[in-house]
Amino acid sequence: MSLKRIVGRLVFLVLVIWAASTITFFIPRLSPRNPIRERFAELARIGGFSPQDLEAIVASYNTKFGLDKPLWQQYFDYVSSVARFDLGVSLNKYPKTVIDLIMESLPWTIVLLFVTTILSFVLGNLLGAIAAWPRAPGWLRSLATPFVLLMGVPPVLMGVLLLFFIGFRLKLLPLGSAYSTGMVPDWSSLSFILNVAKHQILPALSLILGSVGGWVLSMRGMGVTIQGEDYVLFAEHKGLSGFVIFKDYYLRNALLPQVTGLALALGTVVTSNIVVESLFGLPGLGRVLSQAIQANDFLVIYGIVLFITIAVATLMVVVELLYPLLDPRIRQE
Amino acid sequence: MGPILEVRDLQVSYYTDAGRATALAGASFSLNAGEKLGLVGESGSGKSTMALAMMRMIKPPGRIEAGQVIVDGVNLRELSEAQMLQARLNKIAYIPQGAMNSLNPVTRIEAQMADAIRAHDKQTTKKEIAARCRQALESVDLKPQVAKMYAHELSGGMKQRVCIAISILLKPKVIICDEPTSALDVVTQRQVMETIDRVKDQIGAAVILIGHDMGLMAQFVDKVAVMYAGRLMEVSTVREMFTDPKHPYAKALINSLPRLDNKGVFQGIPGLAPSLLRLPPGCPFNPRCSQAMDICRAVIPPSVTLEGGRTVACHLYADKV
Amino acid sequence: MTTVAISQPEVLRPGRFTLTLRYLRRNQSLVIGLLIVLGLAIFTIHGMLTIDPKRAYPLAVLPKQPPSPQHIFGTDFFGRDLYAAMVVGLWQTALIGIIAGALGITIGVVLGFTSAYFGGLVDSVIKGICQVLTPIPAFLIQVIIAGSIDKREVTIYTMAFIVVLLAWMHPTLVIRAQVLSMKERQFVSVAKLSGMGDIGIIFQEILPNLLPFIAAAFVGQVFASMFASFYLAVLGLGPLREPLLGNLIWAAQSQGAFFNGWWWWPITPAVAMVLILGSLALINMGLDEIANPRIRRTE
Repeated sequence: MSLKRIVGRLVFLVLVIWAASTITFFIPRLSPRNPIRERFAELARIGGFSPQDLEAIVASYNTKFGLDKPLWQQYFDYVSSVARFDLGVSLNKYPKTVIDLIMESLPWTIVLLFVTTILSFVLGNLLGAIAAWPRAPGWLRSLATPFVLLMGVPPVLMGVLLLFFIGFRLKLLPLGSAYSTGMVPDWSSLSFILNVAKHQILPALSLILGSVGGWVLSMRGMGVTIQGEDYVLFAEHKGLSGFVIFKDYYLRNALLPQVTGLALALGTVVTSNIVVESLFGLPGLGRVLSQAIQANDFLVIYGIVLFITIAVATLMVVVELLYPLLDPRIRQE
Repeated sequence: MGPILEVRDLQVSYYTDAGRATALAGASFSLNAGEKLGLVGESGSGKSTMALAMMRMIKPPGRIEAGQVIVDGVNLRELSEAQMLQARLNKIAYIPQGAMNSLNPVTRIEAQMADAIRAHDKQTTKKEIAARCRQALESVDLKPQVAKMYAHELSGGMKQRVCIAISILLKPKVIICDEPTSALDVVTQRQVMETIDRVKDQIGAAVILIGHDMGLMAQFVDKVAVMYAGRLMEVSTVREMFTDPKHPYAKALINSLPRLDNKGVFQGIPGLAPSLLRLPPGCPFNPRCSQAMDICRAVIPPSVTLEGGRTVACHLYADKV
Repeated sequence: MTTVAISQPEVLRPGRFTLTLRYLRRNQSLVIGLLIVLGLAIFTIHGMLTIDPKRAYPLAVLPKQPPSPQHIFGTDFFGRDLYAAMVVGLWQTALIGIIAGALGITIGVVLGFTSAYFGGLVDSVIKGICQVLTPIPAFLIQVIIAGSIDKREVTIYTMAFIVVLLAWMHPTLVIRAQVLSMKERQFVSVAKLSGMGDIGIIFQEILPNLLPFIAAAFVGQVFASMFASFYLAVLGLGPLREPLLGNLIWAAQSQGAFFNGWWWWPITPAVAMVLILGSLALINMGLDEIANPRIRRTE
């Protein structure tokens, strides 16, 4: 791969981050709401301090957050603080910064996201490839069908249904939250880790069951095309066993476009992950986001959105830059 | 010593929604070691079907209905699936049409040669495999470095040679080349044909060349077989075929070739090839044949052997046996 | 096989109706999808005509009642009758989907055509904007927009508008690609050579040929819009007063419906949503098959 391509992708990444931070800067400012005033007005109701005090506090906070400066200056400060990974502070949990909140919840999200994405990608592609492989036994090929039918059920709805059947009716698994109430988080204790794992099964299952079908469908379409390729036919003429042809000639080639597809699907995958987290009350980014939404904690909402956007765009570019390792044809260019 | 390849009464049908299409209707011929046969005919006349049937690679909805393919004394049609896997490349090799895309784009050439060897001989050491790959590449005039390369780094002619190198890895007795030179330029065509000639001599195999380039055939093969609508119309030596074709279709085919002495006069064959689903009764060529007789419209002509061993399937020669 | 039959015997041509029926029998996903949509439509219309919509709003009925002959889907914590809520919620969900879908596809068609047909700088700008915006998860931007509006002011229409703001890039790119390939086809060149103007070519030659494709893209867009608005509502960003299906699930979850044993509360809207999204996915698959003959052949 040429240097030009790498630089091109990096410039693209910077553009995406810039676009995302511009959107997160301007949209809230188009709205008539003043987050700081609302926040303190709320506090004023609870805490009972006077309207004069409120005005003073709002003014001092406006200065503190630079909201009294001209718009272009605010925009410039905002973009440069994004560039320094400074996403501001939480209004609700002050003085915690948005980055603090993200870092606390990120491990939960990352583990669930990686496990479910990899499992559904592997399972979906394997089942899809087999479904399109005429020499596979019929029962093996039909394994993919139920997943395709489940495609109409997005992860969140799958979550509600699983909660009902497995959690509520059968009482096999917990109904949500990260670990049983009364447990003290202690990552050195095995029983705590097992308890956490038990609470992760249903969310993970909702995410996997809802997304395997998509991979099955696209892989099956790809597989039909690859099977007709001359190199697969020649491999058969060479007297290779079905397994070798499946693995080295068919699957290898059919998987390449799927990897690009994975990069493109990341946004959707992360979105589902976040909504499912908030449904199950897991302490990941999803719950922080939905709590911030409840509490009108604007900077946290914008910060998390910006953070996820940058992470998704970066991952996409990373996948694209790593892609040549899989496809020698692009390595050459 | 008998022939190394004997095909007897090979029949293939395709079962389509519109009915059963006989793509190959009882073809028989034989070849000696070192002999080269050119298989010619219009597209859809059954050339590739014949090749695939010999490899036992006809896929549904197609089916081999009958016949024998005997290579080096072994009837391929009687082998089990597993034995047939072993026989491919080992006894009979096929170089596919469109070698351009016949190599796996994502693995190195050496991997594609190694898996072929390993599929037939699990005991081979890495060293032996490397040596055999080098040797095979050498015999098709390619440098050993090619083994480390990917398909997209090779030119069309080089890819074609790699395919030839792969097909001779296990020294098969019969090599089938399906249109080995289509999509190559004239100079490369020649080089590829010469390469095929040379490796054939090295391993002493019989070669079947499929194509419609009669000019190229004339230069490189010993025998020519003319196919029409799934039937072998005539099989004779290349000299006899070009100087004295017997079957009216073969005659028309030879006459349609452009010649230096009658430039500009282009003699096509009137009419169109029939659909395999709706063959006319009798000889399939009768609607287009200038010498058709009543019997041609009723009875399918059997194949007869004339003096010199050439065979013709035509009623004109039925009484001359 | 490229052999050509010389004379084709005249075959009795079945009528248009039989042909359609025969096609539908093969295209089962389209039929099943349409049947489910029809069922949902009948449910909603019948409900709208027979119930008092007020029962779909808080404090209308006795709260927390399990399904019974009186309340066939039960009632929720806030005193909404879930049957009435389903009727109103389905109607509202459909409304959001159709408004946002139609808007999105209109923007997509206009931009896609402009971009592909005129090319040059216009194309580069439109394509560039779409490409830079595509990696940004639209849903998250929608979260920001929805979060910046006062929740008390959010209506069904603002929801549709929020959803469409970031849902026009995909149709634009897809339609652009289709027009580009269409432009290379022979009949467009012929029209050009015969002196037809740009507008004429677009409306008389390209657009009619793209209609099945646009129809499929429209259903896809409705699906995406319902999906997006549903997700927003599940996060608590919907019009909180309305019995939107996502809102009901959010409300049920935040009141711990399963913990408290009110299973019917989240399950009813979930099943309804599964039916809607599932049927649209099936219809989309079926339409794809019509719009994209390549798939038809390989299946």
